[in-house]
Amino acid sequence: MKLHEYQSKFLFREFGIPIPLGKVAASADEAYAIASDLGGVVVVKAQVHVGGRGKAGGVKVARNADEARQYADDIIGMDIKGLRVEKALIDPGADIQQEIYLAITNDRSAGKPLIMTSMEGGMDIEELNRQRPEAIVREHIDPFAGLQDYQMTFIASAMGLPRAQWRAFGKILRGLYQCYTDSDAELAEINPLVITGAGELLAVDGKVIIDDNALFRQSALVEQRDTSGEPESERLAREAGITYIKLEGQIGCMVNGAGLAMTTMDMTKLYGDADGIGPANFLDIGGGATPEQVAAALRIILSDANVRCVLFNIFGGITRCDEVADGILTAYNEVKPSVPMVIRLQGTNAAAGNKIISEARIPNLFSADTLTEAAQRAVAAVKEQP
Amino acid sequence: MSILIDRSAKVLVQGITGRQGGFHARLMMEYGTDVVGGVTPGKGGEWFEGKPVFDTMRSAVETTNADVSLVTVPARFAGDAVMEAADAGIRLVICLTEHIPVADMMRVLAFCRGRGTRLIGPNCPGVMTPGQAKVGIIPAMVATPGNVGVVSKSGTLTYEVGFAMKNAGIGISTIVGIGGDPVIGTTFVEVLEMFENDPETEKVALLGEIGGSAEIVAADYIKNAMTKPVAAFIAGRSAPPGKRMGHAGAIVDGGEGSADEKIQALEAAGARVAANPEEIPGLLF
Repeated sequence: MKLHEYQSKFLFREFGIPIPLGKVAASADEAYAIASDLGGVVVVKAQVHVGGRGKAGGVKVARNADEARQYADDIIGMDIKGLRVEKALIDPGADIQQEIYLAITNDRSAGKPLIMTSMEGGMDIEELNRQRPEAIVREHIDPFAGLQDYQMTFIASAMGLPRAQWRAFGKILRGLYQCYTDSDAELAEINPLVITGAGELLAVDGKVIIDDNALFRQSALVEQRDTSGEPESERLAREAGITYIKLEGQIGCMVNGAGLAMTTMDMTKLYGDADGIGPANFLDIGGGATPEQVAAALRIILSDANVRCVLFNIFGGITRCDEVADGILTAYNEVKPSVPMVIRLQGTNAAAGNKIISEARIPNLFSADTLTEAAQRAVAAVKEQP
Repeated sequence: MSILIDRSAKVLVQGITGRQGGFHARLMMEYGTDVVGGVTPGKGGEWFEGKPVFDTMRSAVETTNADVSLVTVPARFAGDAVMEAADAGIRLVICLTEHIPVADMMRVLAFCRGRGTRLIGPNCPGVMTPGQAKVGIIPAMVATPGNVGVVSKSGTLTYEVGFAMKNAGIGISTIVGIGGDPVIGTTFVEVLEMFENDPETEKVALLGEIGGSAEIVAADYIKNAMTKPVAAFIAGRSAPPGKRMGHAGAIVDGGEGSADEKIQALEAAGARVAANPEEIPGLLF
């Protein structure tokens, strides 16, 4: 779960990290009021779950409250990469002498928290990593012992931080580590952490991503979830306990298991790409899905107007194909899809499952034995339509 | 012997009185796995299919001399269960549980390493040495004994490939499902090394997916240290960046972890990479 910039920074503040004294506005008038209170130059920043907002015109420097109102009016309601901006953060302008990058993340390969920091902050860390990986200082943390003082000294000296800032940086680093562990973050990032003209440190931009699997113990953060950027179908799926991700293609996919679901998408693209045909979604129905879940999943897939065919790919291991076939028929009778369906049942009780499907004599329904055949049949079914 | 488990493995099931734990414990016993008992706190003294149930792993190991355990308990308790098994001296812990917070796993992994316990998973289908034993939920029907080692991040995709191999008359030495989480106990490279050193294994099938760099590290190992041929498939070529595709670890982040990058690395290392998993058996002949 991603937090917005303002949510991330307000969270940092709870851990003693200095942030600009800005506030959030949902309208141009609110932006004017906040900018008037702050006085002087302010920055109007779109709060939206997508990268590259600056390039898209979502960040503007206003010389006074009137300009802040005007920029907020432009920014709130604007569309950035398909997402509508609902709120803007109005921050006082900072006197920036130096930009630092500082983040703590889960290092998958090491299985440990990893601190990454650089005196060349401000830019995209992936870009910096490609161009000058040596400019990034990396330090793993022992998950039991936590962050140690000697590590903070090592990091500050290795990155070339001026000694005058060591103490303040150490306090921020400790606060950020505490924030990362207490919040079950998979990423807690300050970029940039600036050194001001007065030599103080200030977290000017922030990003926090919370581990979805830990949300059960992060209720205060869950309340901050912003679902406005989430497609309606994905929200319905999340509430039904189904993993669904909407894509741009025409073939709706219903599969058991995440790896096989991705593979099924890949197969529709492998055989359909030449004709501009591909997967409409990722959907993992999970093991032992009930007819109700299959019906819910089918409705979610069909809520996407681009869908021209639905492909079921079920490998029955512990799941029995005859039970899945019953589930599909129940769902079919309930939902009555108008698009063709391709059903491929393989594994445990596949013969019985296929018998149930063929005896139902559903028009516009095709059976397939192999994944290859199923994907090719689904692509053909899309091509046959005007 | 085969890798990780064979018919001599003495297995405890943590959560044996639960619905999932009990169901799969029965299937494992039917397959021939030596399930010597189970653990459910508060149910010590009960019996499951003629096997004793204990309150703690410590008492269970003392009584049964088990060397392998299967963790089937819910996510909130799974980390604790794995550490309990490691503390009781279990050699190999296989954790099926999905949705364990990464922060918990990082501590669990450090704990296991400190005690010399190997962890497989979490969020994995388990391990099966066809014809001998299975610990986990891999269906018996997907594999016959043979000499191809299979290592995979995924469950049903593994069954799919195993089944295709079986239909093509290709048998399997051991299937290892390492799991689809970002932080896991045993990586591709560690399993490849076991297969490389295993006299029962002649060839290897590797089934990876988007996210992380484990397949790239595996490609390095294949290039530099492996003599046995490897066939591979990487799922998620059509997945958009920045979206988590079901598995907690399956996400292309900042351009890293894409399928194409992994496929290129594996091909450059000499592995034969299939565009379609049903082509894997053909690449193993």
